Amino acid sequence: MTAAAVLAANFFDQNFSSILNGVALGMLIFILAIGLSLIFGLLDVLNLAHGSLYLLGTYLGYSLVEHHGVPFIAAAAISIVFGMGLGFVLALAVWPIRDRGHLDQVLLTLGLFFIVADLVTIIWGRDFHTITPPGFLLQSKQILGHYYPSYRLAVIVIGLVIALVTYLVFERTQLGAILRAAVEDRAMVGALGYNVNAVMLWVLLAGAALATFAGVIGGPIEQVTPGVGNDVLLLALIVVVVGGLGSIPGAFVASLIIGQAESLGVALGQQYGLPQAAPFALFGAMALILIARPAGLFGK
Amino acid sequence: MTRTGIAVRLAALALLVAAPVVLDTYRTFLLTEILIFGLFAASLDLLLGYSGLPSLGHGGYFGVGAYAAGLLALHATTNAFAQILVATGVAAGFAIVTGVFAVRSRGVYFLMLTLAFGQLLWVLALNWSSLTGGSNGIFGIPVATLAGSSRWLAAGDHFYWYTLCSFLVGYALLKLVVLSPFGRALAGIRENEARMGSLGYNVPLYKLAAFTIACSIAGYAGALACQQPKYFSPDGMSFDVSAVAIVAIVIGGQRTLIGAVLGSAFYYVVRDQLSDLLSSHWELALGLVFVLVVYLLPDGLVGGARRLQRRFAR
Repeated sequence: MTAAAVLAANFFDQNFSSILNGVALGMLIFILAIGLSLIFGLLDVLNLAHGSLYLLGTYLGYSLVEHHGVPFIAAAAISIVFGMGLGFVLALAVWPIRDRGHLDQVLLTLGLFFIVADLVTIIWGRDFHTITPPGFLLQSKQILGHYYPSYRLAVIVIGLVIALVTYLVFERTQLGAILRAAVEDRAMVGALGYNVNAVMLWVLLAGAALATFAGVIGGPIEQVTPGVGNDVLLLALIVVVVGGLGSIPGAFVASLIIGQAESLGVALGQQYGLPQAAPFALFGAMALILIARPAGLFGK
Repeated sequence: MTRTGIAVRLAALALLVAAPVVLDTYRTFLLTEILIFGLFAASLDLLLGYSGLPSLGHGGYFGVGAYAAGLLALHATTNAFAQILVATGVAAGFAIVTGVFAVRSRGVYFLMLTLAFGQLLWVLALNWSSLTGGSNGIFGIPVATLAGSSRWLAAGDHFYWYTLCSFLVGYALLKLVVLSPFGRALAGIRENEARMGSLGYNVPLYKLAAFTIACSIAGYAGALACQQPKYFSPDGMSFDVSAVAIVAIVIGGQRTLIGAVLGSAFYYVVRDQLSDLLSSHWELALGLVFVLVVYLLPDGLVGGARRLQRRFAR
């Protein structure tokens, strides 16, 4: 082995959990970012209320699992239906201003974001909570000579499966072809006889359901607090922009980068005595990528 | 400008000049804050409204100006004008360096890149403790002096009149920019960038100039924001500051300049009046204001007033 390879292997060994935590966080953000990216690409709406969907999902999961004894997996399933309902409400809210500029949509969804954040504190208070993972994932698992929580591994697997399914639906099915075409030119797809409004509504419902689902599976990793919607929204926005709007592969790669900037950035900052380096790593990474590629990694 | 238009403006000016005589110390302080923040919000309107460049990091340049003025007061000179000039210049310098990259991106990318720059400036202020005092900020700043004496600006009333003059100068500069051929070209770029490019306008240069001017005026207002309380900390340049400026513009009405000032006044007065009620639920109130403004007042207060005026004129 060359010296560089040894150095890299040592670095990987020392920061094993930070790196894997970064991957798990990245997958969580990716699930959120797909919806954000598609809703923007297709509906041309920058949905800042996406963080609220995550927030409502995570509190729903907390209530169901911790207070009503619902099994974790059932709670995750319920959150998907719940998310579709919220997506429908969001569609109704956005519909009257669909032809106005981006700024109006940003303001409306930011307003909804503030309202939901406050309502959550009224209903659930400001205390920190967590969601207990399902029993069979409570243990740690040995992987590459390190012990690592199996729940986080499960989140990584779920993220990868969702990434694969989204990719296949997008690239290999007729629905995917319609979606890709509609991102390029909505009016043309409508002229070909497809019901674009129905496609847009379904994308909104699916995006919202993914966000509330991410809220439930994110509950055991991220804390359940009123501020968590804020944090994940910011990360998802950065991922969508860094990856290139409307690009699923872009969002996937960007999630991995941003997950590391958040997790490894904090860990390295603490090792080298710069505890506040993480925001530098996060915003610095975004600024550098956008300076080099103003339309994102996979943007046109 | 119509005769009533001139009369309204003169009356407003007279009221502003006479305000400290009528108002108590606290309200004069509040009005001073409104003028400073109003100028800051108006400078953002030049970007967001007139140039179609919605920046989410404008507070960063406000903070750069404030720190420049405060550090100058602590280490070099208490001269009020020198502080304002240096603050404006330093903010312009930061704006050119970051703006070169920002104006290459469009739409949501511009939003996110300016957010990143604003956050990076904020993190810089928070971490460069030897210079900025970290999260405690800079304090113990001596009173700014005019003509070598601190007696001019020590009293709140006097500082108010000084702020009013500075505000009027800054506001007039923005108005001149907007009405100039340069301002018309910015409007053209906002409406149809490709066409302006093929007409021979150097679009990126125009955008960079607009970005630099707006951020300089933000730094100018930042100097005042440091001179008034003689204190400044990273809180004064956080994302919230940028967001409130956008709120002020939207409440007042985009692309009017005065709307940004009126919106700031509205925001400060409401926050002051309802502070007890809002301290626990200000997010809910702010969210409701956003939603209501978007649905009911698409052009803000100024747009609403103009519609009302037209109805009465008929």
